[in-house]
Amino acid sequence: MDVKDIIKPENLVYKKSSILTDKVMHYCPGCSHGVVHKLIAEVIEEMDIQEQTIAVSPVGCSVLAYNYLSVDWHEAAHGRAPAVATAIARLKPEKYVFTYQGDGDLASIGTAEIIHACNRGENIVVIFINNGIYGMTGGQMAPTTLEGMPTSTSPYGRDVKMTGQPLRITELIAQIPGTEYVTRQAVHTPAAVRKCKKAILKAFQNIGEKKGTQFVEVVSTCSSGWKLNPVKSNEWMVENMFPYYPLGDLKG
Amino acid sequence: MAEYRLMKGNEVIAEAAIRCGCDGYFGYPITPQSEVMETLMLRKPWEETGMVVLQAESEVAAINMVYGGAGCGKKVMTSSSSPGISLKQEGLTYIAGAELPCLVVNVVRGGPGLGTIQPAQSDYFQSVKGGGHGDYHLIVLAPASVQEMNDFVELGFELGFKYRNPVMILTDGVIGQMMEKVKLSDYKPRWTDEEIKKMHGTWATTGKSADRDYNVITSLELDSGRQEQFNHKLIAKYNTIKENEVRYEAIDCDDADYIIVAYGSSSRISQKAVTIAREKGIKVGLLRPITLFPYPTKVIQEMANRVKGFLAVEMSAGQMVEDVRLAVNGKVPVEHYGRLGGMIPTPNEVVTALEEKIIKAK
Repeated sequence: MDVKDIIKPENLVYKKSSILTDKVMHYCPGCSHGVVHKLIAEVIEEMDIQEQTIAVSPVGCSVLAYNYLSVDWHEAAHGRAPAVATAIARLKPEKYVFTYQGDGDLASIGTAEIIHACNRGENIVVIFINNGIYGMTGGQMAPTTLEGMPTSTSPYGRDVKMTGQPLRITELIAQIPGTEYVTRQAVHTPAAVRKCKKAILKAFQNIGEKKGTQFVEVVSTCSSGWKLNPVKSNEWMVENMFPYYPLGDLKG
Repeated sequence: MAEYRLMKGNEVIAEAAIRCGCDGYFGYPITPQSEVMETLMLRKPWEETGMVVLQAESEVAAINMVYGGAGCGKKVMTSSSSPGISLKQEGLTYIAGAELPCLVVNVVRGGPGLGTIQPAQSDYFQSVKGGGHGDYHLIVLAPASVQEMNDFVELGFELGFKYRNPVMILTDGVIGQMMEKVKLSDYKPRWTDEEIKKMHGTWATTGKSADRDYNVITSLELDSGRQEQFNHKLIAKYNTIKENEVRYEAIDCDDADYIIVAYGSSSRISQKAVTIAREKGIKVGLLRPITLFPYPTKVIQEMANRVKGFLAVEMSAGQMVEDVRLAVNGKVPVEHYGRLGGMIPTPNEVVTALEEKIIKAK
């Protein structure tokens, strides 16, 4: 089979989602953001809800997420995406509203907004990227940074006596009655990617049925922040992140 | 037929919001403005017009809800008082940076810090000069009566959407808490989704449709050249607003030797002071700025050519007086008189201040 045969429509086994734009992503090699963006795009395309989707982007590495998915976007201030999404979801209840937030955004500066949006059971999907570090600002300590993990603001490793234990906010959120589906996923292997896509699809389907807040954490890598190559990052995540942030459904 | 009622200023804000077809109110309790949300919750407008009313977890969340609602082309608002308005500054600068319309009501109390729950006008700088970070302005309306509390809700939304700019009603605990007769506005229907799409679909997050590219509401621009261009675009917009939207009231100014400049509750007190002073034979007039941004600078410039002095009366340590001085530009004396910390000046105090600070000093 030569190239001419391979590109024939009948031999097509995979294509880029039509929801993804052609812009070159600014994410570093090995970063999980690109994969998660792709999964969201595929879900939106498969559910045929491009015109019904309003997305809320955060502050952090994914601040420019609106460059990559062709749906209407609202860029929120750091941590405030759940408040922005609350108003959109209430004023436009027929739409599919989702926020896309990192760990600094969601689990530190935006704790009030996420907890209360979940408590009100806002009919939104929250995609929570947890890589245990502030990527955009250059690798500072996040609320989810593991004990002993070096970052630029914990250069000798996170000292939990000084800064507290890493925050398992997803466990907190699972306890709130307003949340309907709470899950923790990853995208480090093809099998994990498929599982994560199923979770995102379920979350979007659930808000279509007005079931309340859907929360999908994706334990992610940050090769640049962790100062490891992409392969080592995945290994480090499996060995260190997963024991503290175990994968699986927490609720729903 | 017109409907008249005796109402508190804060209650009227709520009533006017429902009647002008407001889509959403997001608030957080703080004295002396809690009646706004209380009135809305009692009225249950969601059953009447479909208006969304939500008590947020904080002022920060409330203004970010306004940000989200404004982004999808809806008529949305919040209200608070000074310490709460400080918390809203983050959201306000994003809303100004994203060029979105919304209405914010500040029922001012004395500060700094937790200060007092009594009325003051000490948030002038914050409201008129920006408040949050970056180069931006709100359009600021200063009602002097419960009637204007009613009227400025609709006017605020009108100006907000005309210029895609956040609008603030800057009032205080006097106007918010006092009861007066008010002619309520007629009911206007809320905009339908189709109307919003037609009017604002080119920029609002109404959901991407086949006939347009997707919309992005953002205040982020990482390219310095393009950010500078955007800053110039904002400056041009503010200049247009300065050209077209200055509103003021001039009382007894035509033959005046002296001008008192005062807005909001201070203008009500100063109006009485003008009557008392005129009875004493002092030819004094009152200039009441209705818009604080844009400020009636040109009117003051023109008056400075024919009067002997200005007295700015405001319940602050002297904030608006700086704008009077900039307009007068040294031609005649400009002085400030004000009470602080929730104290309210009497008309006689204002007359005495005029005599001692302007007339005798001259």
